[in-house]
Amino acid sequence: MIILNSIVIGLKEIWAHKVRSLLTMMGIILGVTSLVGMAAIIKGMENGMKEAMIAMGGVDKVLTRDQQVPAWQDHLADQAPGITLVDVHALKRSAPLIRLVSPEMSLDDVTISRGDKRSDYSECVGVWPSVLEMNLHTLEHGRFFNDLDEEQARPVVVIGTGIRDELFGKPSEVGREIVPLGETIQIDGQPFVIVGMFQEYIGEQEAKERARAKLEAAQGTSKAAAGPKRQRGWGRRGGWAFWRKNYTIYMPLNTAWVRFRSAGRGTGIPDPRLTDMDIKVADFGRMEDAIQQARNVMLLTHQGIEDFTFETQENQIENINKQIRNARMSGGFIAGISLLVGGIGIMNIMLASINERVREIGICKAVGATGPNIFLQILIESAVIAVVGGLMGLVVSELFVELIGVLTPSQNTPMITREAEAVAVGFSALVGVIAGILPAIKAARFSPIEALRYE
Amino acid sequence: MALLELRNVSKIYHLGGEEIRALDDVSLDIGAGEFVSIIGPSGSGKSTLMHILGCLDTPSHGTVTLDGIQVEKASASELARVRNRKIGFVFQFFNLLPKLNVVQNVELPMIYAGVSGSQRREQALQALEMVELGNRLKNRPSQLSGGQQQRVAIARALVNNPRIIFADEPTGNLDTHTGEVILALFRRLSQEGRTVILVTHNPEIAAVTPRRIEIRNGRIAEKVDARLAGLDRLAASATPAAAVAGA
Repeated sequence: MIILNSIVIGLKEIWAHKVRSLLTMMGIILGVTSLVGMAAIIKGMENGMKEAMIAMGGVDKVLTRDQQVPAWQDHLADQAPGITLVDVHALKRSAPLIRLVSPEMSLDDVTISRGDKRSDYSECVGVWPSVLEMNLHTLEHGRFFNDLDEEQARPVVVIGTGIRDELFGKPSEVGREIVPLGETIQIDGQPFVIVGMFQEYIGEQEAKERARAKLEAAQGTSKAAAGPKRQRGWGRRGGWAFWRKNYTIYMPLNTAWVRFRSAGRGTGIPDPRLTDMDIKVADFGRMEDAIQQARNVMLLTHQGIEDFTFETQENQIENINKQIRNARMSGGFIAGISLLVGGIGIMNIMLASINERVREIGICKAVGATGPNIFLQILIESAVIAVVGGLMGLVVSELFVELIGVLTPSQNTPMITREAEAVAVGFSALVGVIAGILPAIKAARFSPIEALRYE
Repeated sequence: MALLELRNVSKIYHLGGEEIRALDDVSLDIGAGEFVSIIGPSGSGKSTLMHILGCLDTPSHGTVTLDGIQVEKASASELARVRNRKIGFVFQFFNLLPKLNVVQNVELPMIYAGVSGSQRREQALQALEMVELGNRLKNRPSQLSGGQQQRVAIARALVNNPRIIFADEPTGNLDTHTGEVILALFRRLSQEGRTVILVTHNPEIAAVTPRRIEIRNGRIAEKVDARLAGLDRLAASATPAAAVAGA
């Protein structure tokens, strides 16, 4: 009863002094905005990183990297074989804890062209079919290579939609989706036939945006009709990991070897080494054992020369989590300070307010308000100011996050989370209650006579 | 037993090391249903007496009994409860809350009494009907005349159905005619059986009550015998001269 009335009175007080209330609430508004905004940015980062992680092949993927031989093996450095298909076969035969081995032989700086069209960027790699599972690819059109393609080093490729966009035209520009199966493209002048195409990889954020655009177009409310399609900011949206994945060109490993590497591109020396050998472990829980096993096998094939190393995504996840934790901590700290300042502002204004209302408080006491009644009333008033400020802060933070999205477009679009909003409002209510304690005690102690006499 | 009993009550203030006896050994009984005025010049101690009678303050010495409750021993919260349930106040400056409208002002004591919303509204309307302000419910105090504001204050004083009504210079801020209307209202309350205590410095106003308690320098200087006045209460209240003659 009294609580409800106090809330109503608190709202009336806010309304009665609009400018003053707004200034008072400013601290809380900014505090909530920074808290929610910060959380949204961090969430955006987190989402982007997680998506990128999956786009790159998931957490159970282990990368094998070349490494300079250790100092104590320096004299053996010229005998270091590097990672080759020998390792792939050895691992497949001798390392049961390894489920999947995917050798990759990438061709850097090749020119992809078709007629007068070129793609400036590409990820042109010779692979085995195991790459599909390794890098989590989905073949949407056509087929992948088979053993015959591999054995005969046939000039066939499977491409990503990015390459298709560059050489055949984007669906959004051409007006229809082109599936260039059977078409021929040139890689460094050599003709290759496209036998398959992957699905288009996009981040969740971009998927949402596209769905929205589609919906708007369907309802005929699209603003794009008024002019050229506005692109927010610069560069490509949707995340670099997805973007890169869409620029994939896969050809059989043997094709890459026979048609490019064996001729010794650039240097004139044939280079049978793999650029990458990714493995997936059979049991994620036995990651350590699996890596040790792989290391043992590879030490044999490398005659004890440790010119390789393993890089797990776990390390990367750890890094990501650490970054997120740090960002959260510093963000929370800043937001906490602004909320604290907001609380002090509220305390200040409540002290001024009760001094203005000594007479009113006296009247309430004369007609029967007890000290605790008054205490509760002032406390609730203070909390109401803070909560109203907090709710306004939520609105402002929505705008703020929108603004960030416009000003600094990146793959990590900030995302407001309900948790952050709940925490922010809860925290501002707490700040309001704490800020109200001192004024409330003061008001509760007013003697009714003194208060009534006060002019 | 009288409704209000003061026994050897003193109130002492300390101002810069100096002792001021605002009330000096006052003993007083006020019975249920009496219509009493407390009169005295400013600084005489009448306000202090009213504060103690009205449970707004506690005495330095002596005992106060209100409807069987030992006031001088009560805590601040207990005093608040007594004020809430047993006493209604009417002040010179009306003392309505400016941000609340008429009904909300009248409902205020019931909020602290914990009366439910619908019942609160009903009782407030009844009280406002009684002071003939049933048509100004949604107005703010600032939109009302002085006399109307004072009637709202009276409605507020009545709304918890208290046994005692205290009025501190209730006509002090009103013109003569409006003042008479307000005094007539108190007279009616008294006739309905409520104890009404009128505090004033104006002998003419005090003259409307059958019993007058005069305060000078913190002591009771003179009082009209309650029983004598009570014999002819109606006549006394109608003609101030009769009350004086009765003394």
